[in-house]
Amino acid sequence: MSTEAEGKQRWSAGVQSYASMGYYDADYEPKDTDILACFRITPQPGVDPIEAAAAVAGESSTATWTVVWTDRLTAHEHYQAVAYRVDQVPDTDQYMAYIAYDIDLFEEGSIANLTSSIIGNVFGFKPLKALRLEDMRIPVHYVKTFPGPPHGIVMEREYLGKYGRPLLGATVKPKLGLSARNYGRVVYEALRGGLDFTKDDENINSQPFMRWRDRYLFSMEGVNKAVAATGEVKGHYLNVTAASMEQMYERAEFAKEIGSVIIMQDLTIGWTAMQSMSNWARKNGVLLHLHRAGHGTYTRQKTHGVSFRVIAKWARLIGVDHIHAGTVVGKLEGDPATTAGFYDTLRLDHIEENPAHGIYFTQDWASMPGVMPVASGGIHAGQMHDLLNYLGEDVILQFGGGTIGHPMGIGAGATANRVATEIMIKARNEGRDFVKEGPDILREAAKTCPELSVAIDTWGDVTFDYASTDAPDVTPTPTNA
Amino acid sequence: MRITQGAFSYLPDLTDDEIKAQLQYCIDNDWSVAIEFTDDPHPRNVYWEMWGLPMFDLPDASGVMLEVDACRDAYPVHYVRVSAFDARLTRQTTALSFLVQRPPEEPGFQLERQEGPDRTIRYTLRSYAGDRPVGERYGRGDS
Repeated sequence: MSTEAEGKQRWSAGVQSYASMGYYDADYEPKDTDILACFRITPQPGVDPIEAAAAVAGESSTATWTVVWTDRLTAHEHYQAVAYRVDQVPDTDQYMAYIAYDIDLFEEGSIANLTSSIIGNVFGFKPLKALRLEDMRIPVHYVKTFPGPPHGIVMEREYLGKYGRPLLGATVKPKLGLSARNYGRVVYEALRGGLDFTKDDENINSQPFMRWRDRYLFSMEGVNKAVAATGEVKGHYLNVTAASMEQMYERAEFAKEIGSVIIMQDLTIGWTAMQSMSNWARKNGVLLHLHRAGHGTYTRQKTHGVSFRVIAKWARLIGVDHIHAGTVVGKLEGDPATTAGFYDTLRLDHIEENPAHGIYFTQDWASMPGVMPVASGGIHAGQMHDLLNYLGEDVILQFGGGTIGHPMGIGAGATANRVATEIMIKARNEGRDFVKEGPDILREAAKTCPELSVAIDTWGDVTFDYASTDAPDVTPTPTNA
Repeated sequence: MRITQGAFSYLPDLTDDEIKAQLQYCIDNDWSVAIEFTDDPHPRNVYWEMWGLPMFDLPDASGVMLEVDACRDAYPVHYVRVSAFDARLTRQTTALSFLVQRPPEEPGFQLERQEGPDRTIRYTLRSYAGDRPVGERYGRGDS
């Protein structure tokens, strides 16, 4: 491979290889303050992988397609990103390229700025057939320029007074078409029956069939009735997603005024808008839920786009209290190992490099609060042992159809989910092998809970068993130990 | 009504053996255990009265169970809860909390609505039992 061009040659007018311009250095040792990125690159046929990696480093930092003399007005080596490691993914035409960026390349506390570099022009670069940002190491020095979650897992639980079990939610269905009055009925029934939260769906904003203000008012009537009926704190995620920040602030302010403990936003509004809502949520003491609407367009395919674990990191930095992160067992994409990597990234303070979970870098969060992951989409009470096993207890399990579709009614569906949750936590704490005995534990509880009995009869056999598209390359070698 | 605070309120009330198993789980996790009681179960009433100090470095669940019994004897018609506390860095919060006693009758809460402008409503929760003085809200437990 071409080595770095020496002296004058580096500045000869015209086109030089990126590697020769200093964007590749196998001997580079990343600094503690560097932002590191791991890209999966698929070079076009005939393109040298190291040159491709250097090109990614160049195009995502200082380079353009040709030599420019104005580089010489800068300490250019300081600003050039460096590809320092390129590994072929076995049996593929793909390579993992590790690239280091000096922290000076990025504005403090701005995901918009970070992403404009790292996933900017470079994703359309012709010499690459495909490009995927697999993971990033955000150094603590940069972490500390972000506010993090407005509340975080610990504060949320203390705010709600709920400990030691997953929180339960449901998205109101049908997601489109209900009038505000009927909508509030679903909120009331689901919360009264035992759920902690109900939720607007991502595409419920303010349509002709139900304007936002009407929905907010009827939903809060449902929430407060359910609080009185149970003696528990409950909430409904009021979606404030709108066409402009002015409208979003107006909706958020109204949600706060009428006493909502939580609002929500969609990923589609963009990083800057989300960061603004995070600031608002922190200032006003309202929990902030993030629905990852649209992420599948760029997170799902393994060779191109941005892995969700990177999105999860950015979301923790800008600060949201909840984010949807997969169910493993439900209807949406979710390999168990990959999903475990997402959950670790959101919840833990220190995550060790673990390629088997798709974690390519050790990440420290410097005590930044964790984000509560949300599992939603095609899950039901009969899977409770698997859900607890895969996802743990700091999670919100959202059963939309699995609550509202219950044959005995919405309240009964909610009760079935709550009883299944509590019995599984109880069994786990008692030391039982709840994964293996899960179905028995549920059937036993169903003897005194007709709601759970019916839920198991209705959905007990429903599974979504399809191969994952987003699975790690590295699988742990099975052992007999 | 049945107040459903705590981790196991949708299950039948736990037996003493079941309570003990949960306490053992807390001890095995190196959590401290606190016993608290109240006759004001408003969901925003965070600070229930403490039955002594939280118990640290517990050898087993039996000792805690004696304290649970003592609290229940002293306050037979109050709500009594057990809360386990996880002091690890980045947690430093309650890890598990569940009721170990509830009054024989729970009158529940009235939802009061104060109508405001533009169809807004201010909601307030008022405990029916809360009209009586502290200590007498659910009877005296001696009848």
